[in-house]
Amino acid sequence: MPITRALREAAFAGLVAAGLAFPILTLGTELDQSNRLVLEQRWSWMAISAALVCVGRFLVLILASAPTHRVARAPLVSPALTRLLPSVSVMALFLFPLVMLFWLGPQGSLKWINNYGVQILIYVMLGWGLNIVVGLAGLLDLGYVAFYAVGAYTYALLSTQFGLSFWLCLPLAGLMAASWGAMLGFPVLRLRGDYLAIVTLAFGEIVSAVLTNWTDFSNGKAGIMSIPRVTFFGLPFTASENGFAATFGLEFQAIHRTIFLFYLILVLALITHVVTLRLRRLPVGRAWEALREDEIACRSLGINTVNTKLTAFALGAMFAGFAGSFFAVRQGFVNPDSFTFMESATILAIVVLGGMGSQLGVALAAVVMVGGTEVLRELTFLKEIFGSSFDPSLYRMLLFGLAMVVMMIWRPRGLISSREPSVFLAQKKNVSGALVQEGHG
Amino acid sequence: MENFLQQLINGVTLGSIYGLIAIGYTMVFGIIGMVNFAHGDVFMLSAFIALIVFLALTQLLGLTSLGLVFLIVLICAMALTALWNWAIERVAYRPLRGSFRLAPLISAIGMSIFLANFVQVVQGPRNKPVPPMFTDVIQVTSGGAFDVTLSYKQILIVSVTGILLLAFWFLVQKTALGRAQRACEQDRTMAALLGVDVDRTISLTFIIGAALAAVAGTLYMMYYGVVNFSDGFTPGVKAFTAAVLGGIGSLPGAVIGGLLIGLIETFWSAYFSSDYKDVAAFSILIVTLIFMPSGLLGRPEVEKV
Repeated sequence: MPITRALREAAFAGLVAAGLAFPILTLGTELDQSNRLVLEQRWSWMAISAALVCVGRFLVLILASAPTHRVARAPLVSPALTRLLPSVSVMALFLFPLVMLFWLGPQGSLKWINNYGVQILIYVMLGWGLNIVVGLAGLLDLGYVAFYAVGAYTYALLSTQFGLSFWLCLPLAGLMAASWGAMLGFPVLRLRGDYLAIVTLAFGEIVSAVLTNWTDFSNGKAGIMSIPRVTFFGLPFTASENGFAATFGLEFQAIHRTIFLFYLILVLALITHVVTLRLRRLPVGRAWEALREDEIACRSLGINTVNTKLTAFALGAMFAGFAGSFFAVRQGFVNPDSFTFMESATILAIVVLGGMGSQLGVALAAVVMVGGTEVLRELTFLKEIFGSSFDPSLYRMLLFGLAMVVMMIWRPRGLISSREPSVFLAQKKNVSGALVQEGHG
Repeated sequence: MENFLQQLINGVTLGSIYGLIAIGYTMVFGIIGMVNFAHGDVFMLSAFIALIVFLALTQLLGLTSLGLVFLIVLICAMALTALWNWAIERVAYRPLRGSFRLAPLISAIGMSIFLANFVQVVQGPRNKPVPPMFTDVIQVTSGGAFDVTLSYKQILIVSVTGILLLAFWFLVQKTALGRAQRACEQDRTMAALLGVDVDRTISLTFIIGAALAAVAGTLYMMYYGVVNFSDGFTPGVKAFTAAVLGGIGSLPGAVIGGLLIGLIETFWSAYFSSDYKDVAAFSILIVTLIFMPSGLLGRPEVEKV
């Protein structure tokens, strides 16, 4: 692109940015002592944002036009690596807490195992669960977090009201969430596409509104406190005589519980993964994918689409239920704030950004999105650059939203855009994600 | 009876606001088949723009005539919000056109998160109380259990909505732009072959949608007297619900859906409990869709093999 044209376009972009910035950036509204709104003028912000956009646009135009011949887009992760990566990363994950413990000691490693390890793995598991519904069966579900909530509240209520143990509640939570999944599935079977999306969204909102307002049942906004913490198959992680540390002759440390939680969610996530992989080879899994590709063809071939959709909803919900009860036992308290639409959107974004239907892609996307926002908490050194009033965590969600947009534009088909076929003739060849339908259900 | 009448007035007012936002959803869906999740936050942004312009006019320039101020605020909010939505479409949605269905949806959700947090960062997380305006009320009935009132604000909201809907209907039905827009809705490729500038038409659709959302935002800011950066989500979802209820892609459907959702919400709050008004609106949506899977006025989708 000629420089003059790039300059002209950059100037135009800068002008637009100035226009966008005009009232919302340049005039801040502040409350004064008498609780009245007053305006604070900051015209420099407008100039800065316009200049930034102008320079950015210019650089993008110049850099984008540099290579004249476009090469075919190479896959982000090469197929050979794709085959090798799962086993290597599972090994690495099993070693992760121990390595961290020896490297950073019990205090230093806590943050890494908890904020990064456990947090990311929860989203990996939720992503894999939703992947069954969205990626395999092609049903767009915007209320997935409702089942996560069902799982969390099942454990929270059963353990605080009836004193049931986590290991009993875990399958119960899964069952409960699965039956709620089937319950949601029934009315929406006839709906397609965006109608399905809005009904699932409405369902999620209803569940969260009921949890917020039905105080007798769920204790409303305050949530349920002092949920029993996780035990090592009956041995509590406390400093007491019959605690985990004493029984195994170890010195008591809080990190033991975190490490146990890490392995617990790792195993749960791997179960989700293995079950999904096996299901894909069973008739029901193949029916899901066939349903995603073409519903009419499915029906013509005698596939029971009702059962197929219901199993997808129920199984996806079941894994969310497991993850939910894990969430409750990890936090020790639940309230409706953890189950907002934002969570559903995040999980869906992870599935789509990963590349729908790709297990590895979902895991990668969870690492990038959840790990990325956690990293932003760490950037305290920015305080020294921008002054002490600068709070990087404020920009966390802002950048999260921006990252979603940028990643979609960069790779609309997701990080891993090739699929392993579930059924093949003679030879297994990866197919491009662009050839996979997204389903209309 | 008094209660019913009062709730009817309140419900129609709220419904007008929902209807205005719903048109933005339904038009964008009609033309590019995408759920524009950021639309609710565009609405919130427009309420903020309206608030800031209002404060600038009254505090910095010292204008006192409320009618004039309101008119300028409305026009500024419409223009600036339209610019925002134009830029959003250009940056976040246009590169994804022709990509698969979920890509623009995720991009829109990302944009929605971005807008809400952007406003939070630049304007602060606290509630912004708006100075009261148009506070006069008309007593419709008196002497009953209580007086039924109709405030100037409510008259203003309903009449502004009515006038704009008429203008908008004229735009879509009678002008060349509207014809191009309806042509793109039916078949984008064919419209392009016949010389319609599809990109431009889609941009204009976003601009019109944003302008109507800005009207809703201005009225919302004035009616409720407080705005917050998180105000976009709930009205956005309600308006989307309204669009789906009326039959997504149908313009009269969006308005009817908006009024219905507004009425359901206010009547439910008045006669049952305001805690569950969202549940009521969403439940009615689900029930309607079970029996009429393409909404009230929507055309059933024809499946072709």
